[in-house]
Amino acid sequence: MSAAATRPNEAERYYNYAYLDEQTKRMIRRAILKALAIPGYQAPFGSREMPVPYGWGTGGIQLTAAIIGPDDVYKCIDQGADDTTNAVSIRKFFARVADVATTEDTAEATIIQTRHRIPEQPLKAGQVLVFQVPQPEPLRGLEARETETRAMHAYEEYGLQYVSLYENISAFGRIAATAGYPVMVEERYLMSPSPIPKFDNPKMDDNEAILLFGAGREKRIYAIPPHTRVRSLDFEDYPFEVQTWEENCALCGAEDSYLDEVVLDDAGNRMFVCSDSHHCGQRRAEGHVGPMAGHQLANPVAEDGQ
Amino acid sequence: MSAVERLASEPLLRVADLSRWYGSIVGCRDVSFEMHPGEVLGIVGESGSGKTTLLKCLSGHLEPTSGKVEFDTRRHGMSDIYGLSEPDRRRMQREDWGFVHQNPRDGLRMRVSGGANVAEPLMNLGRRHYGEMRSATIAWLERVELDTSRIDDKPRNFSGGMQQRIQVARNLIHGPKLVFMDEPTGGLDVSVQARLLDLMRELVRDLGLAVIIVTHDMAVARLMADRLLVMRRGEVVETGLTDQVLDDPQHAYTQLLVSSVLQI
Amino acid sequence: MSEPSKPLIIVEDLAKTFTLHNAGGTVIPVFEHLFLEASPGECVVLSGDSGVGKSTLMRSLFGNYVPTRGSVRVLHKGAYVDITGASPQVILDIRRRTLGYVSQFLRVIPRIPTLRLVMEPLLENGVSIEEAEARARALLSDLRLPERLWTLPPSTFSGGEQQRVNIARSFIRRYPVLLLDEPTASLDAENRAIVVQLIRDALSEGAAMIGIFHDEDVRDAVATRLFPVLAYKVAA
Repeated sequence: MSAAATRPNEAERYYNYAYLDEQTKRMIRRAILKALAIPGYQAPFGSREMPVPYGWGTGGIQLTAAIIGPDDVYKCIDQGADDTTNAVSIRKFFARVADVATTEDTAEATIIQTRHRIPEQPLKAGQVLVFQVPQPEPLRGLEARETETRAMHAYEEYGLQYVSLYENISAFGRIAATAGYPVMVEERYLMSPSPIPKFDNPKMDDNEAILLFGAGREKRIYAIPPHTRVRSLDFEDYPFEVQTWEENCALCGAEDSYLDEVVLDDAGNRMFVCSDSHHCGQRRAEGHVGPMAGHQLANPVAEDGQ
Repeated sequence: MSAVERLASEPLLRVADLSRWYGSIVGCRDVSFEMHPGEVLGIVGESGSGKTTLLKCLSGHLEPTSGKVEFDTRRHGMSDIYGLSEPDRRRMQREDWGFVHQNPRDGLRMRVSGGANVAEPLMNLGRRHYGEMRSATIAWLERVELDTSRIDDKPRNFSGGMQQRIQVARNLIHGPKLVFMDEPTGGLDVSVQARLLDLMRELVRDLGLAVIIVTHDMAVARLMADRLLVMRRGEVVETGLTDQVLDDPQHAYTQLLVSSVLQI
Repeated sequence: MSEPSKPLIIVEDLAKTFTLHNAGGTVIPVFEHLFLEASPGECVVLSGDSGVGKSTLMRSLFGNYVPTRGSVRVLHKGAYVDITGASPQVILDIRRRTLGYVSQFLRVIPRIPTLRLVMEPLLENGVSIEEAEARARALLSDLRLPERLWTLPPSTFSGGEQQRVNIARSFIRRYPVLLLDEPTASLDAENRAIVVQLIRDALSEGAAMIGIFHDEDVRDAVATRLFPVLAYKVAA
């Protein structure tokens, strides 16, 4: 493909390539390199005002903007789905300002921006998974002082994090925390994996892809380079475990994916479907069928956005 | 261990010529003393006498302008606490010390349950067995005479006296060698205060703890302390056995302080 | 009288003067050049009118008051230790093991049950809780303190009851040297007799005592000699 063909918006674009100016992108890249060099460490960066409110993924968008190039193939998911409002908007944003091809296919994407999920399909070397992070500091809920949490990270004083797990067991008889479940990276830094379900925690361990985490409001970037050890915290007598479902995906019959519960009517009927919409669609295309295959939810309306 | 044997042994804490200035204002000046295991030292004086500054310097929270605070740490032996690296000092504070604050809000995490507050020091020591920590916590709640069925209640649902009991348990569960107490009964009703003092005294004796207790209350000093440092305007004006200092004070200021106590 | 064994407490050239800094530096001399010894089996009774300095002397011997001059040497763990120059730790150890003090007032922590108070001196000396409790119960029975009071703190007790708690605390273990400051002041005749017996038992077991007794019957019953404090009064 010629350069002209890959950058169709060049002439009418009023913004710099990928929205951010080059100096800002360089600053962010330096922070990313530092974060990659110290896996799990929260590197500060000069977060910019973005054309979306904080909490809509400004950290992830800045990360993507700093690393994206015209040859990239971009995928964006929200809660696992490609077709939600935020995902569609952010995908369109980068198609426009960075002239990239977009995709819903996990395997095809070079950059996947995500909120709340890691795709079911294992990632490969060369892929970058960009997480949007609301609160990068796992200890913040228990210790309000930034000076103190920084010291705790510096000196590996992580006893406090166990207090939250302890509270969980005391209250529920098990570690009931389901999302944003804290991990140790390379047995050195305590890290919040962003609010992904703990179901996804094991996927971070020894992953082939680069995992980047950006918190725009909190102005922090952290990273897990490929093949890094990532361990979820637990107690000796309450080992870490992921969520399981008694149901399979109603549409594709998957037994091993993260399921969302969908309420169907006021009578309490419901179905469980894969939260990873692409994974589910792909399985159906391969001929897998679930108990409610053919349900209208299997044909999401979002596809007309393409 | 007897006092004589204790004297022969190394002191637990050695303070030499400690001074702390705030610019040209003196916080405390030329303080020197030694403490041995199992001793309870009271620091008394009125507001502004330098008690709190001295306590902060002793407990590693405020570096003295000059002088030394040495402590017999578990990991490094006798060490200048301000000569230790920050992580080593923090570890020593975590492992070897306790600190009971006057206001439970300063000493407890108000957002987590009483039980978790008590168990936290164990987690800070690296303990990772929930069941064991839970049992240890229950045992300590019993020891400080708290209703163990309330183990999962938040501190704000406890009375002031009960909050202080949680604080005491939290600061003893990890087996410290030295516990600092800053007006530990200061905010309590007298009846609650008496029960707490009694409890703390018993624990101190049973555990053979060394305690440095700061108080402006002579009755608390008499009940808790083996010996006293009397402070005035940043200086130690008198020191000695508690009943000596209170019953036969030698310094003019101590005489004034003692004679100012209301008799009922 | 006493056999020629080593004195358990030796007071030499003792002087005590109070200086009241907040009363214009008023100096109140109490006694000076005071020499006194007590050997095993001896009960030295301080005599003299009130105000002569008996209690001040007792408190000086106990290390409660700081003498202006002189020494109070106590045979502690086989060696004489001067309590006037000893560190707080040593004084506390002497009081724990060697030197007991019975005052006329019970000064204890509020709200602790009587039985526990009596057990405390034993617990401080490493006696097990079971044994301490058994001995405390026995002694309180001997002193005829009603058992229903044992679980109560003594603050609401009558003077005589408090006094008996006080005595129990001091006689629960055998101090080699015992200082007695009016231990029978609030007791009736029957209870005085019991305390006299306790004192005699301790003396016959080799304790040395120095005491103040205003009750002449008790004094005559226990004193091996009198010691007139007035003789050492500082001339006004």
